[in-house]
Amino acid sequence: MSDSPIAVEHGPELRHHFASVEQQRDAASLGMWLFLATEIMFFGGMFCAYLIYRMWYFNEFAAGSRSLNLKWGTINTIVLICSSLTVALGVRAAQMGKRKLLVILLILTIVFGLAFLGIKGIEWHEKYEHHHIPGASFDATALEKPPYSNGGIDPSHEQIYFSLYFAMTGLHALHMIIGVGIFAFLLFHAWKGRYTPQYNTPIEIGGLYWHFVDIVWIYLFPLLYLIDRKPLG
Amino acid sequence: MSEHILSSKLYYGIWIALMVLTVVTAGVATIDLGPFNTIVALLIATSKALLVILFFMHVKYTSEKLTKMVIISSIFWLLLLLFLSLTDYGTRYAGHG
Amino acid sequence: MATAAITTEREHYLNKEYGIRSWLLTTDHKRIALLYLISITFFFFIGGFFALLIRLELLTPAGDLVQADTYNKLFTMHGMVMIFFFLIPSIPAVLGNFLVPMMIGAKDLAFPRINLLSWYLYIIAGIMMLHCMVTGGVDTGWTFYTPFSTAFTNTKVIEAGLSVFVAGFSSILTGLNFVVTIHRMRAPGMTWSRLPLFIWAHYATSIIQLLGTPVLAVTLVLVVCERVLGLGIFDPNRGGDPLLFQHLFWFYSHPAVYIMILPSMGVVAEIVPCFSRKRIFGYQAVALSSIAIAVFGFLVWAHHMFVAGISLYSAMIFSILSYLVAVPSAIKVFNWTATMYKGSVTFSTPMLYAFGFIGLFTMGGLTGLFLACLGIDVHVTDTYFVVAHFHYIMVGGAVMGYLGGMHFWWPKISGRLYPEWLGKFAALIVFLGFNLTFFPQFILGYLGMPRRYWQYPAEFQVLNVMSTAGSTILAVGYVLPMVYFLWSMRYGKIADENPWGAAGLEWKTASPPPTFNFEETPEVTWEAYNYDQIPAPAEVLIER
Repeated sequence: MSDSPIAVEHGPELRHHFASVEQQRDAASLGMWLFLATEIMFFGGMFCAYLIYRMWYFNEFAAGSRSLNLKWGTINTIVLICSSLTVALGVRAAQMGKRKLLVILLILTIVFGLAFLGIKGIEWHEKYEHHHIPGASFDATALEKPPYSNGGIDPSHEQIYFSLYFAMTGLHALHMIIGVGIFAFLLFHAWKGRYTPQYNTPIEIGGLYWHFVDIVWIYLFPLLYLIDRKPLG
Repeated sequence: MSEHILSSKLYYGIWIALMVLTVVTAGVATIDLGPFNTIVALLIATSKALLVILFFMHVKYTSEKLTKMVIISSIFWLLLLLFLSLTDYGTRYAGHG
Repeated sequence: MATAAITTEREHYLNKEYGIRSWLLTTDHKRIALLYLISITFFFFIGGFFALLIRLELLTPAGDLVQADTYNKLFTMHGMVMIFFFLIPSIPAVLGNFLVPMMIGAKDLAFPRINLLSWYLYIIAGIMMLHCMVTGGVDTGWTFYTPFSTAFTNTKVIEAGLSVFVAGFSSILTGLNFVVTIHRMRAPGMTWSRLPLFIWAHYATSIIQLLGTPVLAVTLVLVVCERVLGLGIFDPNRGGDPLLFQHLFWFYSHPAVYIMILPSMGVVAEIVPCFSRKRIFGYQAVALSSIAIAVFGFLVWAHHMFVAGISLYSAMIFSILSYLVAVPSAIKVFNWTATMYKGSVTFSTPMLYAFGFIGLFTMGGLTGLFLACLGIDVHVTDTYFVVAHFHYIMVGGAVMGYLGGMHFWWPKISGRLYPEWLGKFAALIVFLGFNLTFFPQFILGYLGMPRRYWQYPAEFQVLNVMSTAGSTILAVGYVLPMVYFLWSMRYGKIADENPWGAAGLEWKTASPPPTFNFEETPEVTWEAYNYDQIPAPAEVLIER
């Protein structure tokens, strides 16, 4: 805790109820970390459901996982990792006060984010065309049966896999959309030159959020796409 | 918390490591390792997540213990949810594969 | 009010600005607390109205006031409104908002605008709930159990679910604000071991809000997805497990009970030392027991599901873990009573509520042990025994604490004193009305009367009539404070900065406090509850 009793001259970014700029920044950073803790539990509820159903219906999960497009999944993971790099470099640029570089990196991040969402859209559309969306029109006949499953796969249990797939990727995509919104906001202010080496907390905590959403995908990728990719037969 | 400006070389290094791990995890999944496929996939995912947390999110360089506590306790709580649920699902009844 | 009076008056948070805009756009934690006070009081009376209708229906064995469908909606709306719109926000959002910054010597919460946002989210959620209510309501019970909520009922599950989701966000933001404030905004010298126990209790509460609420949020999202998009995560027809819903739901909703009760415990820990004129007994034990309750609270959720079909092994684990919660709870009760021992106890209104809390919470807690015991739980599950048990905790505990706190800090909030004799009278009425309402329900439940039915066999009528009569008395007891609080705002005696002779930073600033709480940031050089150094005020001494 930093409590400097001396009233230092400060810029307009210091809000009245904080004693110092450090205190304000530490509060914002802790706030974001706590928010990310709630986000872990938010996704945690779905991971819990995933764990249990994967134990129960492994064959259906394996078959569902095989039907996902590994190429697009891998590319999307790479896209997100690139976006995380541009965010990390962006925070650095803000700390060093390089406004132009910061603006470019923020634009790149948004582009990567939109690319991710676009690819996700392509994948979802593919699922729609193959009738893999849970509901009345769901059709599991085209799915490859894993070689070791002697009883075949239960189409209704298969719907559980796809329900989780859409719930998890859907809520992740929603977080991406919010992230793109946040970064558009940051871009606007970076453009105006609001962030300086002394004041760049919004970039820093916005970056934390973006990295978190990246980490969620880092887990979703193997859990949804790579359950069972062993060669058949 | 003092600010650390890391060299951009480090960021590029982490980025390359993350890319390599992504390709590795996708590749390894197509080799039959028995039950180890899942374990390897999760280990790779965890090491990727750690790289992001420690370097991109600067946790390695923060002097603040509190941040680490927040991360550790939220993961601990997630594990509570999973393990205590498993006391039920792991022992419920036969019939589910 | 005469204009001359205003100009000579000292400036404080209430008279700094006037007009609706200065309230709706305020970022002052004290004003937001008052916004919350008004809105939760509104919902408290709506929830109470449903409660009275339920009790009226149960006056006679036959279903004569309402039919089954309506009755189902009544207890659902009662539960949802009372839990999500009154109990969860009650003490944290009103007293916590008002006091947390003041008690630690800060000018405001760490994120004042997020604080205001959390009130707006609460209001949006509240409007959704009201809309849902007037356009048909929900009949799933406040628990939203699947598959009834996803596949069978035709009532407004989606809207109610989203409303609770938004209310949950409001609750998360309040908790987040408190944790950051307590970590980052303490005045110089305000170390962790000098924090008031009210702060410790709110810290523990906030941890639950932060780590529990998101799980409820995602569960409700999945329920809504199941209804709207046809996903099937909890759908037994597709191999989904309704018990999984219950696991996820209670992972939040059991700890949610501690969101309601922990702040009340914090209030009692402030009141008891003040009116015993003694330092709290076992400060550290009381402080750490709050954290222990928050942690243990997460380990016991499946005791709501003993007869629902979880494995016996799991039931045993959760039963044993449930007993654990009794330990920190008992530590608190013993320490409060030990504080009173050889203290000079004054029976002022807040103290009466604290007494009420200790007694009723102990009863609620001990009957909780019955329910944690597998054998007894099988017998009394879904009977009025359970209803009585959790009302002893939530109403006897949480609401008593809330009212005690409101009376204790009302002079600080409003700058006025309420009539003490009326306060005592109301406290008595609340206590009597409460016991008359809920004690018979223990017996009813033990005799086997199931909950959530609009009819019952005739032999249960005497006890039900007692319960209904008690609920009317309780209602009077709840209306009274509202009336005399409002009265006191205009006609009450002016309160000085510390009418009770209480310790704590909030009593070292004027009543009502100035906008930034303190004229200058205080520096704390004393331990908490240093009652040996504070003289009791003359008035309190006379009251003895």
